[in-house]
Amino acid sequence: MTAVLTRVGLALGLPVVLVAVWWFASAGSTDFFFPPLRTIVEVFGPTWFGERLVDDVLPSLGRLAAGYAAALVLGVGLGVLIGSNRWVRAVTEPVLEFLRAIPPPVLVPVLMLVAGIGNGMKILVIISGCVWPILLNTVAGVRAVDGVLEDTCRTYRIRGTLRWRHLVLRSASPQIVTGARQALSVGIILMVISEMFAASSGLGFTVIQFKDGFQIPEMWSGVILLGLLGVLLSMLFRVVEHQVLSWYHGSRTAQKER
Amino acid sequence: MLTVDGLGKVYASHGRRVEAIGDLSFEVETGSFVCIVGPSGCGKTTLLRCCAGLLPPTSGTVTLSGSPVTGPPEGLAVVFQEYGRSLFPWLRVADNVDLPLRAAGVDRAERRRLVDEALDAVGLGDAHRAYPWQLSGGMQQRVAIARAIAYQPRVLLMDEPFAAVDAQTRADLEDLVRSVWQRLGVTLVFVTHDIDEAVYLGQRVIMLTSSPTRVAEDLTIDLPDERDQLTTRGDPRFTELRGRVYAQIQKAKLEGKAR
Ligand SMILES: Nc1ncnc2c1ncn2[C@@H]1O[C@H](COP(=O)(O)OP(=O)(O)OP(=O)(O)O)[C@@H](O)[C@H]1O
Ligand SMILES: [Mg+2]
Repeated sequence: MTAVLTRVGLALGLPVVLVAVWWFASAGSTDFFFPPLRTIVEVFGPTWFGERLVDDVLPSLGRLAAGYAAALVLGVGLGVLIGSNRWVRAVTEPVLEFLRAIPPPVLVPVLMLVAGIGNGMKILVIISGCVWPILLNTVAGVRAVDGVLEDTCRTYRIRGTLRWRHLVLRSASPQIVTGARQALSVGIILMVISEMFAASSGLGFTVIQFKDGFQIPEMWSGVILLGLLGVLLSMLFRVVEHQVLSWYHGSRTAQKER
Repeated sequence: MLTVDGLGKVYASHGRRVEAIGDLSFEVETGSFVCIVGPSGCGKTTLLRCCAGLLPPTSGTVTLSGSPVTGPPEGLAVVFQEYGRSLFPWLRVADNVDLPLRAAGVDRAERRRLVDEALDAVGLGDAHRAYPWQLSGGMQQRVAIARAIAYQPRVLLMDEPFAAVDAQTRADLEDLVRSVWQRLGVTLVFVTHDIDEAVYLGQRVIMLTSSPTRVAEDLTIDLPDERDQLTTRGDPRFTELRGRVYAQIQKAKLEGKAR
């Protein structure tokens, strides 16, 4: 119990200090672009917990979820295919290196031409950025399948779906999770960026609008909301990771203790 | 019948060429129990992997019941020397034993019975829900043995399966393997570096030379079929046979050094 409290205390300590510093340092601020934190906090509720929640925040998160999910399916699917087949790997590797090197925001204008300016384009932008860390980590994970386990599957004739599920995906899962974690932060960034071009709703769009309308406290509250969403999503990610990889963390600890 | 005919294996990788097996030929009758002993590094694991169809030989052939082995044949189980790595760390002990049965399409009730029976037999009746990495090395080894037993193979290849267990457990497992062999009528090839164990277990002991590996001697163990740790090991014939094996291994060692 005390251990848990200590951990919570350690995790919250620095943020509390930083917020306090910001709060007091900005308390008497008359700088138009750096309003007091107090003002920002005051506008936070009215700004976001009204219709904007439904009109902007939820659609943004929906697009993020859709893009991220699609990137996961695509990245893991292609990664398993490429990772488990030497020939496919040889053929696709140069192309993948090239595509991976393109910064996804550059694709926004291109995708606008192809997919218009609706939800589809924004989701495509998110996919185009999220898919690479997942794909490349999956390839690496699939290639690192233990040889003895592979032989075990061959001798006991564990094949097809059983083999994919219990050998390939599970042994690659620590790497897949690593890729998925990287992809999540990329996804949040792209969610915002995709809404800065030719959009009419969304978190990124709203923040830009506040800036253009000189509603500076509201703009800052949007930045804070994005930060909070990022923290929340990464906490959610941890919970899922804990479920999926409990065997991995357990076996790692067991090995260290030996 | 398992036939190894003119088997040779050369590993060539990273600029290093190792002749792991020179020229091996022997036969294992269906349903018989053969032990293979030989110095470390003489290619025992390599031989088993060739027999299991996991490794293509460089020369020669392996045939099982008349058909050449090119991949793992049906009804064959292996207990790997790297027992720890052969268990799925993300599956609980019972699921590790269960997975091959699921792959074989055995129905649920039957699978459950086989898994329970096998784990009980190796003394792990209370470890069903543990993960392999929560167990000691010897316990992991027993899980791997339980998995092979539950599979009810026609041919069972075991690669130093008792290396990590204490003397008492080892004696129990030796008797277990013999009783499984008698009950299932499985063809058993058992690799060990323990001379006493080889003589106690097998109907035959095949001794290998150090590499390039050949058969040094193929010795029939004419002890009675009913064996037990006390009387068999106290039998003068047992002492005589193990002396033979011991002398042969010493000779192979000296020859290896002279070369
Ligand atoms: N994958 C491999 N690549 C290259 N050389 C190998 C490989 N596997 C084994 N060898 C070599 O082949 C020889 C025989 O190895 P093997 O593992 O079959 O011996 P072993 O009789 O099982 O030894 P031990 O009793 O120590 O288990 C050794 O010299 C080893 O270095
Ligand atoms: Mg070996």
